[in-house]
This record gives sequence, structure tokens and C-alpha cells, in this order.
Amino acid sequence: MQTHPVIKLVELSKTYHTGEVDVHAVRSVSLEILPGEFVAIMGSSGSGKSTLMNTIGCLDRPTGGSYHLDGIDVSTLGRDALADIRNEKIGFVFQGFNLLSRTTALENVEMPMLYNRHRIPAHEQRERALKSLEICGLASRADHHPSQLSGGQQQRVAIARALVNRPALLLADEPTGNLDTQTSIEIMGVFQKLNEAGISIVMVTHELDIARYTKRTIILRDGQIVTDEAVANRMNAETELQQLRVAQQAVKLA
Amino acid sequence: MRILATIRLALRALRRNKMRSVLTMLGIIIGVGSVIAAVSITTGATKQVEDKVSALGQNVITVFSGNFTSGAMRGGWGSAPTLTVADALALTQVPGVEAVSPEVRDRNQILANGLNWNTQVMGESPDYPQIRNWNMASGSMFGDADVRSVAKVAVIGKTVVDQLFPDSDPIGQTLRIRDIPFKIVGVLEAKGFNLFGQDQDDTVVIPYTSHMKRVSRRTFVNSILAQASNGAAITKVQQDITDLMLLRHRGELDFTVRTQLELAQAMTATSKVMSILLAAIASVSLIVGGIGIMNIMLVSVTERTREIGIRMAVGARGGDILVQFLVEAVTLSLIGGLIGIGLGIGASQIVSSLMKWPTLTPVSWVIIASLSSGVVGIVSGFYPAWKASKLDPIEALRYE
Repeated sequence: MQTHPVIKLVELSKTYHTGEVDVHAVRSVSLEILPGEFVAIMGSSGSGKSTLMNTIGCLDRPTGGSYHLDGIDVSTLGRDALADIRNEKIGFVFQGFNLLSRTTALENVEMPMLYNRHRIPAHEQRERALKSLEICGLASRADHHPSQLSGGQQQRVAIARALVNRPALLLADEPTGNLDTQTSIEIMGVFQKLNEAGISIVMVTHELDIARYTKRTIILRDGQIVTDEAVANRMNAETELQQLRVAQQAVKLA
Repeated sequence: MRILATIRLALRALRRNKMRSVLTMLGIIIGVGSVIAAVSITTGATKQVEDKVSALGQNVITVFSGNFTSGAMRGGWGSAPTLTVADALALTQVPGVEAVSPEVRDRNQILANGLNWNTQVMGESPDYPQIRNWNMASGSMFGDADVRSVAKVAVIGKTVVDQLFPDSDPIGQTLRIRDIPFKIVGVLEAKGFNLFGQDQDDTVVIPYTSHMKRVSRRTFVNSILAQASNGAAITKVQQDITDLMLLRHRGELDFTVRTQLELAQAMTATSKVMSILLAAIASVSLIVGGIGIMNIMLVSVTERTREIGIRMAVGARGGDILVQFLVEAVTLSLIGGLIGIGLGIGASQIVSSLMKWPTLTPVSWVIIASLSSGVVGIVSGFYPAWKASKLDPIEALRYE
């Protein structure tokens, strides 16, 4: 069976018209990402990585070129159709977690199913949300509100929410930006586990050591891809965490 | 997005800001509450007037004789000797007329049981209780035979019973009018005061023939009461009676034909104007309430820009967001409307018990109030909801 690329960009570009100057945020980027990949998109601020991310996430439309997501040409779709694509095909994880406050973790995870075009019965919504939380290791905190959870736990809820509609693609925008080192590694562990289970992940980050947990790194500069290579010495979150614990133990003993 | 989930979402959002929600609803509560209270009070008043009018009799058409003018002195309606018993008998032939009673009135000192009392003595036909919608408390009304034989029989009202027969049964006893003995055959049920404050029970009713030949010795009647068979035909019957009377009086309009309907309309016109005025004022406060809701919804949309962004990112369409905020606005105004209806009914109950005013809350107005508060919610919620639905998800997510 031939595998479709999850993402296929052909000479994709995005130009903003602000005043008299045209800003070329993305300049004819061509890119293919296959199912099961785990890609980090890197670049300094202004490199166009956020714009590329928004376009891949169907939050924005390209001004040139084409974009096929999971075999569907989404570059010409309207607002509502894009909303449906986001709902069914993409799971978002943000830097700021973006959970609804004063709403339990479970309800946060159920939220995307509310907007599913196919009606999902309430009990099934609950089951799926609980399962999603379980995968992210947070089933015991289902009734907690975001304010009662730590940053890492909140991000796990956000990941559970991203997974609940069984998307083709998980998009993470600086998912560890607000987290300390150990929690960051834990979150990368969750991503690696999900990736091993077959989920394609694209992640924007500017931290090099975080990018080393992925399988492929793409570096953008001035709206163009300058580097696209496989990660040479890939790190494993499990082993890193193990080492960290040992180190902490040593500090305590000393 | 299913509507039930949306409503639950809206309720939760409103609960989150309880104080603000209540204050926002206040405009609608006061608007709807005052409409309901005003309408309840004026409807109660109107109903009372209508009851009094219908107590005068059902579908009654009254023919008054014209006014009598002697030199510069003008008598009131019924003073001219223009109506006759023959006129009354002719009216019985008019289609749609069910009952007729020629009416002769005067005041007399009456004696009975060793007591005396000044009261109104009425000469009527046996149809009188039916026309006036007035039942007998005991005994029975005199009949047509009594009219023909100019019988000395009388039916008396409750006040006369109280004054002359304080502790005995008046039926079968004798009562003297101008020294003529009349046998009491019936007692009328208590009817109370009429619209003009007269005690309707302070009366003695005798056959009109007896009144004309034995008591007042008149050849004319003061007025003629006619009852139309149904309310719908009353205007037609009134016209027919007028035509017939004109014919009989050789084209001279020396009489007046009035219906209960005209009286009722005149009496209730004021309270109708009043209720329209009150409703107009109250609808202004509904509009103000609507503006309050719009204001708060706009604030809410701005406050929750990020939430809107998150919802859009996970796949909410613009329409979903629109419905969410619209349902919130409508829920707000509907709850406000329901509370307003409750308070309005409560307020009118208090007025009714404190001031002894009759109040009545018409179901139609409860429905109108609920519907209009729903409409206020839709109208005032639409612009903020539309604004929310048009947000750009990227901008919204970035909003701090």
C-alpha cells in the first residue's frame, strides 16, 4: 500500500500586505512529511516558522502554492471547511496550554468533540476523553480544574485534547516553552510515546536540545528552508529522565 | 453543535459571573415585571367594570323616551311621555329580540309588617329577571296572567326584605304601596351596587299594568328593555328597533336606543388607554434592558477572545460561536423575562391584597412577555455574537 504524505507543500508562499511593503513570510516552501514522522521546525523569530505553522494548522491560507493535508487540497477551502479540517485532522498543542479555565480537565478534553460534524453520544465523548487523558497519564486528575494542575499536567491535558478526535497530525507550537527542563523532557516523552504508536507530529521549537528528541529537523530562515535533515543522535526521554533522577539523587546525598 | 450542549455551555458561562448576569437581567426583569403588573391591574379593573355591566343584563337594548322640554326647562332622558306599551309589544315582533319589558318607575313610601320604607317601585313584564340576568332567591316571578289581570303581586329586592321583614319570611305577606295591598310572591337574589353606585336590591317589582293603572296612573312608560338573542346580533337588532320605533313615531326621533355594549365600551375605554400607555412605557424599559444585554455581551466577547480562539482552533465554525453567544444572550433575557413575569404577578397580588383592587394576569400577556424577552435577547445578542464569530482564530489565540 502506498502511503500518502500527511503534509505535502508545493512551492507554498505567504505574503502579508501591510501598508506599502509586502512581507514575504514564507517563500515557496516545498515539503513532504510522511505518516509516522516526528519533525521539529526551528528558526529564529521572523524566520516564518509561525506563519508556516499556522498554514499547516489550517488557521491561515497560503497566498501561493498548494497544500495537501492527508490527501486533501486545503489551500482553497473556506472558513467553515477549514474549521472542519482542524476538527477532524489536526490536534493542536500550544505553548500557553490554552485550556479553558474553570472547566475540568475532562470537559476540556471533551470540547473538540462538541464541534465534530458527526454527532458523538455523550457517553462516548466521556469514554474517549477519559481514554485520551489515560494515554497522557492524567486519568486520575480528570475532575481537576486547570488552576489546580501544574504546568506539565496542563500540557498533558492539552495533548489529550489534541488527540481526542483521532487526528492525522499533531501540531505543537513551542510545547515546552513554558516548562522547566524536567517537565519538558516528560512532555517530550509523551510525544515520543505517541509517535511510536504511529501518530505524526510536527513541532515548532527554538530549543536545540528539545529538537533532539524528534526524528527530523527543518530549519527556516527568511521564509525558506535552509536545513532539512534527520536527527543524528536522537535522545530518548525515558533514559534522559532516568539520568536526571540519578543526578538529583546524587545532589541530595552530597 | 448540538443545541442542548450549547445551552449548558451558556448557563455555565452565566453562572460564572452571577452578579453580572443578575445585573444584566435587571433591565429585562423590571421591564417585563412592570408590563405584567400594569396589565394585571388594568385587566382586573376592566374585568370588574365588564362584570358590573353584564350584571345589568345580557345583550340588553334599552329604549329611553326623549327629554321633555317645557319652556326653558329641559327634563332628562325618559321624562317625555312618548313611549307606550304598544311600542313595547311591537318590539316583541322584531327578529332577534328574545324578551321585552316595558319599564315604569317611581319612588314610593311602602308599608309592611308595621314598618315603612321609601323605595323604587318598578313596573315590569315577567321577562324582567331574564333580561337583567337576575335570579330569584325564593318564591317566583309573577307571570303573564298577572300582567293581564292587573294583579296586586310584587317581587322584592334584598334591601327591602332587610328593611321591612328583618326576621320573618316575606313570601305570602302583604305590602302596601299607596295604600294598595300587594302580595309578595318572590324575593330577588342580592345583586349589590351597580356601576353608578345605586343599590339595585332596594326595589319592588310589580306588573307594569298594575303600576300604570293602580300606582302611578300613567299612560306612558319610562323606557323599554329588550334582550337580543345573542351578542353578535345586537347591533343589527338595535338598528331594527330604531327603524321600527321611527316608523311608529312618524319619523320623529323622540327616543334613544342604547346597548349594554356601548356602555361597556365607554366604561372600559379609559382603562384600555391606560394599559396601552403602561405597555408603551414598559416596552421602553425592555429596549433599555436589551441595550444592557448587548453591552455586557460585547464585554463578554472581548473578555473571552482567547476562549473563542481556542474553540475555533479545535474546529468550531463561526456559526458555532455565533450560536453559543446568541444562546447566552437569549438565555439571559429569557430567564430575566421569567423572573419578571413572576415578580409582576407577585406585585399585582400585593396590590390586590393591600388595596383591595381586583387584578387578573391574562395568559396572552404572559406569552407576549416571554416571547418579547426572547426577541430582545436575539436582537441584542446578535451583534456581539456575530462579532465573535468573525474573529480571526490566529489573532484571537494571540489575544492577552
